[in-house]
This record gives sequence, C-alpha cells and structure tokens, in this order.
Amino acid sequence: MSDKPLTKNIIGFDGHTDLARYESLGGYAAVRKTIGRTDPDAVLELLKDANLRGRGGAGFPTGMKWSFVPKKEGNGHRYLVANADEMEPGTFKDRLLMEKDPHQLIEGMILSAYTISADVGYIFIRGEYHVAIARLQEAINAASASGLLGEHILDSEFSFRLHVHVSAGRYICGEETALLNSLEGKRAIPRAKPPFPQVSGLWGRPTIVNNVETLCNVTHIVANGADWFKSLGLGVDGGTKLFGASGRVARPGCWELPMGTPIREILEEHAGGMAEGYQLKGFLPGGASTDFLTPDHLDVPMEYDTVMQAGSRMGTGTMIILDDHSCAVGMIANLEKFFARESCGFCTPCREGLPWVQEVLDRIEAGNGELDDIKVLERQSQFIGAIGNTHCAHAPGAMEPLASGLKYFRDEFITHIEGKACPYQREV
Amino acid sequence: MSNIATDNPTNFLTEQEIAEIESEISHLPNRPSAAIDALKIVQSYRGWISDGSLNAIAELIDMSAGELDGVATFYNLIYRQPVGEKVILYCDSVSCWLMDGDVVCEKIKQKLNIDYGETTADNKYTLLPVTCLGDCDHAPAMMVGDELHHDLTIDNIEEHLS
Repeated sequence: MSDKPLTKNIIGFDGHTDLARYESLGGYAAVRKTIGRTDPDAVLELLKDANLRGRGGAGFPTGMKWSFVPKKEGNGHRYLVANADEMEPGTFKDRLLMEKDPHQLIEGMILSAYTISADVGYIFIRGEYHVAIARLQEAINAASASGLLGEHILDSEFSFRLHVHVSAGRYICGEETALLNSLEGKRAIPRAKPPFPQVSGLWGRPTIVNNVETLCNVTHIVANGADWFKSLGLGVDGGTKLFGASGRVARPGCWELPMGTPIREILEEHAGGMAEGYQLKGFLPGGASTDFLTPDHLDVPMEYDTVMQAGSRMGTGTMIILDDHSCAVGMIANLEKFFARESCGFCTPCREGLPWVQEVLDRIEAGNGELDDIKVLERQSQFIGAIGNTHCAHAPGAMEPLASGLKYFRDEFITHIEGKACPYQREV
Repeated sequence: MSNIATDNPTNFLTEQEIAEIESEISHLPNRPSAAIDALKIVQSYRGWISDGSLNAIAELIDMSAGELDGVATFYNLIYRQPVGEKVILYCDSVSCWLMDGDVVCEKIKQKLNIDYGETTADNKYTLLPVTCLGDCDHAPAMMVGDELHHDLTIDNIEEHLS
C-alpha cells in the first residue's frame, strides 16, 4: 500500500493513466469488491471511521456530510457532484489529479454514489481545463464500455450515469449551492441554507457535492481501510494531502505529503526554500481566501485544526508565498480586485463593499491614501468579514487576507501613506 | 434586440447545433436547464452569442430571451460581443502577479496594441483577464484559445503569440 495513494500512478509517469494501466495497478478493485457485495451503510461507517475531511477548503467531515442524505424512498433521482471548478487563486492540485489519473476520480465517484444511493453524477469542471475535460470524457467512455458505469454496474442492481458538465466561468461556481444553480442552467448565485443540498439540492433532489481530491480519497479508504488511512497522517487528521507552493520559491510545485506535515518542511525541503535573493515575508496557507501567516508560523503542522489555531485556515493546502521584494499592499490589492470582480452581486455588503475596499487599496498603493483609509479597511473587514452579514462566505473569505494583512504588514500601509508612494520598485 | 417572432430556431440554428442541444436536454429534467450548455454549443460554432442566437436558443429551450441573457451575461466565458479568432485569457490572479504577470501583460498589450476587452485590428486576438488557471507553479500563465501557455516572461512572450 502506497504512502502516496493519490499520486502513486502519477509520480514518475509521463503520460496519463488509461483504463488498462489503471486496472493493472489495482484500479477498480475497490469497486469490484464493493458494488453489490457490501452494504452501503457499511461504506458510510468506514468513511466516518476514517474521518476523511473535505479537501476543497472547508474541511467538513465527509462521512457526516453524507449521513445527512435521507434514506432512499421512491424512484426519484439522487445526485453526486464532483466540484472540479478549481478556481481558488494559487490552487493547482485537482487539475493534476484529473489530467493524469482520471479513473481515480471516477472510481471514487462510483463508490461514493453507491454509498448515498445516487443514480446520476456530474463532474462540474471549469471551462479552461480542456485537457482534463477530454481525458475525463475518454475515461468515462472507457469505464462505461467495461460495465463500470451506466445501468446495472458489474451486473448488480446499482446504476450510476456520469456526465461531465463544462462550466462557463465565474469563481462563485465553486460555492456548492451556486454550483447547483449553475448546473440547473441558472445564474450562479448561492442559495440560502437550509435546506441543505443533502436534502434538497439539484432540481430539489438529495445531492452531495464533494471536491475532486476528497472523492479520490474515497477509493483508497475503501480499498485499504480506515486504520490505514488514519495512520498516514502525522497528527489528528488522517490521510495525505496535496500541498503546493507558488511565488518566489526555488522549486514551485505540488506534492502529496502526510496530513500534518510542518509548513517548514514543505517550503524548505519540497519547494527548495526561497529563490535566490529572496526572503520569506509571509504566506497564504491555502489559497486567496485564507489569512496571512508569517515566518513565525513555519513550524505549524499543515492540518485543519493547527492552522486554524495559528489564525488562518489550511484551505486548499496550496500556499502562496509573499517575498521581501513584493509589496504586501499591492498583493492585497490584487486579491481584493479579484474578489470584487467575482462577487455574484446578490447581496449588498459584498457587491458594494468589495469594490469600495478595492478602491481604497488601489488609492493607498498609488500613493494617494490617508491614514483614515486604514480605519475604513478595518471597519469593512469586520463588517463584511462577519459570517451572517452576507449571503454566503465569499466576502468573509475576501476579508481574511485583508484583516490579517493589516495586522502583519501595517507598517507597509503606513509607509505607502506617509511616503505618498509604493516603496517597492518592480524588477522588470 | 431583434424580434423573437422572426427567430424561429429551426431557421436560425443549424441542424447540428439543435441536435447537440437536444442531446444535452435528454439527460436533464427540463429544457431550460440546458441554458449554459446550449450557449456554449452555439458559441463553439459561431465564436460568440449574437442577439439572433440568443433568441433562437431561448425559443428552443422554452426560456424567455431576457432570462437567458441574464444567464449569458453572468458567465465570463460566454461572449455577447464578437471576439477575435483566438481569445487570450490572461491570468491576473495573485500567484501570477507575484511572478510579474502584470508586467508581462503590459508587454502583450503593447505588442498587440490592445487593452483588456479589446480585439486586435487584424481580428486575430481578443485579450481578457481570467481568474487563476491552476498552473501557479509555472506562473505567469495564460490561455491562447484552448492552449495553456506558461512560464511567461517579457523576453519569451513574442514566441507565445506567433
């Protein structure tokens, strides 16, 4: 059993794994031993025991999420959706899994659908991922031709039809209820909760939405057991995680490592430390909507609770590195421009507040800020940063790098305002 | 917007377009749910969604043209204006910014003599900003048509656009 289950078919192999290679390496064994042979409730208990937590960013326990799906009654559809809308800035992990080993996701979806008695599945994938879209479709066709997808899978009573839905854009589609509206052909505006999708999701039917990496893990938990999965993690949480680093590090990349790997080990050993001539100033641990951490936090283990205790979130686990040649105010202005553009526009604090924040940041970065502007930013970060003041988590997520940036890089804001200019000369 | 009554979808859309849209509808519980798929299908043949296309699609999927326009204008990969032969989707998100992606983009704008949202005089390229392309370990990155280009610098950008 590999200690890198998610990337064992990817590491050291140049091509992408087709059905023949996937099966020769043990693929679909979990489906063959489970479908029609194991009680779905037993699979659910296994997932709960493994304590797999959602890899899309929120870290919600997957087994618990699934347990909210009501018992199957009647013949109405029940849906499983893979959230493959990877659009969190600085995140580049699901693309790797889908391009290089598409059957791993499909096997995880078959097992997950079996567990929650879903008969139809969608892979909701962003439109720019052309290679992944083609390989997933090819893999679905091959699996269907081999009786692994479609009606009466492996001659059992279980049927599961899987479709690829190619999105037409917008970051907000990654929010699971906005994603469901988009799948229904509507504007991607998040829905009010409750009701939760598990009860009333896609077209009003029970629906589970999980991140690609989460679903890929299901295959290996079913194949190798909960104890094996738990033993992979170094701390409280089990399993491995795809961690990454981008920015001015020596070797930017994405690596499958034990959950709980210290940040220092990821940055120094795997990313090779900072690029020559650059120093670490701070970093976002898991995408644009996570709080800044600083070199003081390098010994924090990368798992959900420990990163939370350090004042941030592990998020997607792909770190964005701020170096000493780059302007913290400029970086935060870039982030808030993104969040302002990607607001769905439904609720006022987000639609109006984020452009206001962006305008103030641009003013400070251009050397036209005033000290009172910092108070405006702080007030906004508290007001639209509070869950409950906005319709969904978009604006609160947007305020995480701003509030933490004001805390850790306050001197840079003041230098911009007092010096009436950005002190950083971009190296061109 | 042109008159819906004149835009009978069977006259406006090709048989191929209608067949592909109906194929999507076949696995959906109702016709309007195919809105985004239908827009993407027609755009794949025509490059963009004209008012005529919009009205014909709306008629075909039992949706009002106004509601469909609300959907079409929400999504950044649906084009309601003509675009060039290839759309450049240039990542302006944070990892690319940290690797001087904005500096490289200025070079592209100079070379093509266009700003974001504009099309070159020879109709070859339209330049649009896009959210993180998931290629951050090779930042800065952009899509040119369906192709991903990365590790962009002001020195190598010419070869990516030739």
